[in-house]
Amino acid sequence: MTEHIDSTKTYVLVFVALVSLTVLTTAVAFVNLGDFSVVAALAIAVCKMLLVALFFMHVRHSTQLTKLVLAGAMVWLGILILLTLTDFATRGLAGVPGR
Amino acid sequence: MASHTRTETLALREQFDTEAQQKDASTLGMWIFLITEIMFFGGLFLAYTVYRRWYADIFAVTSSSLNVYIGAANTLVLLSSSLTMVLAVRAAQLGKRKALVVFLILTLLLGGVFLGVKAYEWNQKYVEHHIPGPDFHFEGVAQQGPAQLFFSLYFAMTGLHALHMVIGAGLLIVLIALAAKGRFSASYMTPVDVVGLYWHFVDIVWIFLFPLLYLIDRHLGR
Repeated sequence: MTEHIDSTKTYVLVFVALVSLTVLTTAVAFVNLGDFSVVAALAIAVCKMLLVALFFMHVRHSTQLTKLVLAGAMVWLGILILLTLTDFATRGLAGVPGR
Repeated sequence: MASHTRTETLALREQFDTEAQQKDASTLGMWIFLITEIMFFGGLFLAYTVYRRWYADIFAVTSSSLNVYIGAANTLVLLSSSLTMVLAVRAAQLGKRKALVVFLILTLLLGGVFLGVKAYEWNQKYVEHHIPGPDFHFEGVAQQGPAQLFFSLYFAMTGLHALHMVIGAGLLIVLIALAAKGRFSASYMTPVDVVGLYWHFVDIVWIFLFPLLYLIDRHLGR
């Protein structure tokens, strides 16, 4: 990997985007979107995470191996969350005889 | 390895072929560690999600008792500390020793402000009897159990996050001392780089904690 050094301007722009998204998520939280309030909050959080990871943590200049390892980690986190919720989120849906 | 006659440097240890290879190995190693941290915090986020579904009404009331403006302001403080941290890493990459020390100190100060605000919030919980235990009392809900559960998760998650911040602050103090002594250069700044990764990771955890703990039930107006 040849080291890539981003400009201060890039970092400041990313920071401004992060601050804007923080203000946005706080403002949107008071708007009644019903169940989509959670979706909006998490979508904004994921955007902020990507900004921090790609720019501040230099993932966009990382080696292919590092990117692969990170993608693998997201898969494992997905398994943790998805499989657990397939249980807890669907309990009682089918109706158990005798209860 | 008889052919090895080169002298070892911090930037190029004997077991590596090139400086770039050593740097990549360090970065990858740090990421592997951070992934174990992702899985660890992931379990807590999952527990929170499950209980929030289970006791949706009570979690909505308890979560809305947190002060959203303090939470948002603290988010901005932490994001600022990430900016100063990345600028510190940049200064290290360019071999600018003075700028490196200044940005590391700024990061440490902002981290201290975050922890101070957090301590104030926790003290508010103490005053309001919102700390789980025998003195716990939450006005206006019939079931105190689930309300305690929310605050148990709140303290577990923000507490572990704060612990990571304290560890990060300790690492920063070490870095500041080393940087002031001129231990880092453009060719060797791996410790600054990996502590930067750690600091940003802790920032990302808060990026998810803030909306999930403070925000998602605000629209219900309770």
